[in-house]
Amino acid sequence: MSRVRVLVGTRKGAFILTADGKREKWNVSGPHFPGWEMYHIKGSPVDPNRLYASQSSSWFGQLVQRSDDGGATWNPVGNQFAYDGVPGTHQWYDGTPHPWEFKRVWHLEPSLTDPDTVYAGIEDAAFFRTTDGGTSWHELPGLRAHGSGPHWTPGAGGMCLHTIILDPTNPERMYIAISAAGAFRTDDGGKSWKAINQGLRSNHIPDPTAEVGHCVHHVAMHKSKPNTLFMQKHWDVMRSDDAGDKWHEVSGNLPTDFGFVIDVHAHEPETIYVVPITSDAHHFVMDGKLRVYRSRTGGNEWEALSKGLPQENCYVNVLRDAMAVDSLDACGIYFGTTGGQVYCSSNAGDSWMPIVHDLPAVLSVEVQTLP
Amino acid sequence: MIRVVLPAPLRQLACVDGELALDVPAPVTQRTVLDAVEARYPMLKGTLRDHVTQRRRSLVRFFACEEDLSHEEPDAPLPEAVAAGKEPYLVVGAIAGG
Repeated sequence: MSRVRVLVGTRKGAFILTADGKREKWNVSGPHFPGWEMYHIKGSPVDPNRLYASQSSSWFGQLVQRSDDGGATWNPVGNQFAYDGVPGTHQWYDGTPHPWEFKRVWHLEPSLTDPDTVYAGIEDAAFFRTTDGGTSWHELPGLRAHGSGPHWTPGAGGMCLHTIILDPTNPERMYIAISAAGAFRTDDGGKSWKAINQGLRSNHIPDPTAEVGHCVHHVAMHKSKPNTLFMQKHWDVMRSDDAGDKWHEVSGNLPTDFGFVIDVHAHEPETIYVVPITSDAHHFVMDGKLRVYRSRTGGNEWEALSKGLPQENCYVNVLRDAMAVDSLDACGIYFGTTGGQVYCSSNAGDSWMPIVHDLPAVLSVEVQTLP
Repeated sequence: MIRVVLPAPLRQLACVDGELALDVPAPVTQRTVLDAVEARYPMLKGTLRDHVTQRRRSLVRFFACEEDLSHEEPDAPLPEAVAAGKEPYLVVGAIAGG
């Protein structure tokens, strides 16, 4: 029977949750790296026992950990993220130029074909790659060389490159998203990038339809439809069917279209999930009720999924990298909250159960489907 | 031998218990001590000082002989008691937060 391994990053360590394909009885391992902020942990699609983890601390900076045995043991690998050439400046909160400064790794995206190749999204926003299993990291400078780079500004959480999507049908095509610059696409393996924000409307910037400056929170894609992208923006749930060239809103009947996560069902490319959050001022779910919303029509028509989730006195958030789906026949959906709960649905969202409910605030959730 | 005390998170990272004992060639300065720490325990590179600028991370402090040496020049000689191995060189995670 297949198994699942859920990789959970929290404010104070990492946890690994494992179960068989029924997803009813769970083993909890951790905390790994106790006390450290674990922004993201992800396994290689080529070698599922090869895991990479971003470990950081305000005191001691950034580390990257690697496991070759599915998380049983870990070893630190390279942690130097030096910008290519003279870093230059971006725009600071007060409108003045501010030097690019490395702060942390937000997201690690292992290659679809090589376990030693991993892409990293960092703060201040830049795109890095290792091809030696994490020993050394090198910037792909084409992104920051985009002409708009000096005008990028940090969002409230910092100027982070938080989303990396690899096109499974075209190794030269990748997507990234930056808060608060927007989404970008490369069609030449990272040498050059195009801003893909046409159709986004953000009322908190001087020109609401500007080429850059949008606070994109997360983007998701189904591997069978790589030209279709779904986006949770600061406000608005968006969809593109032409690889990001144009977007249109699909918020539809959502009670609020502010949120952070968005993901796609493993087998149904038009079934998508979001967790609406009250507002930009109130980063918790609406009305004290934790509800996942599912659309089976690629957006616009949404249904609330609440069975098994708290429906009173709940005021948690679900952060941008804290939702994942497994690829078992009955698709499993997972998400973690800032209240330390990790929930699982083994029936595509119809009902939910907590795997754990007292972890530190959850920053990220990834899941591996294992043979 | 120069005695160095690391904070608990870095002892765990370096897989060490207790104090470090390091051979440090003269002159014994903060720079030569930290160079020796990083040479013996390369996983600590970047956790105490910036990789490139070698500047102390802002929430890391260096103490010895009941003095805060964090703002001293990195090439200034350390106190004789540290150079003689009588007193440890302390790496401390600054008190921060609430």
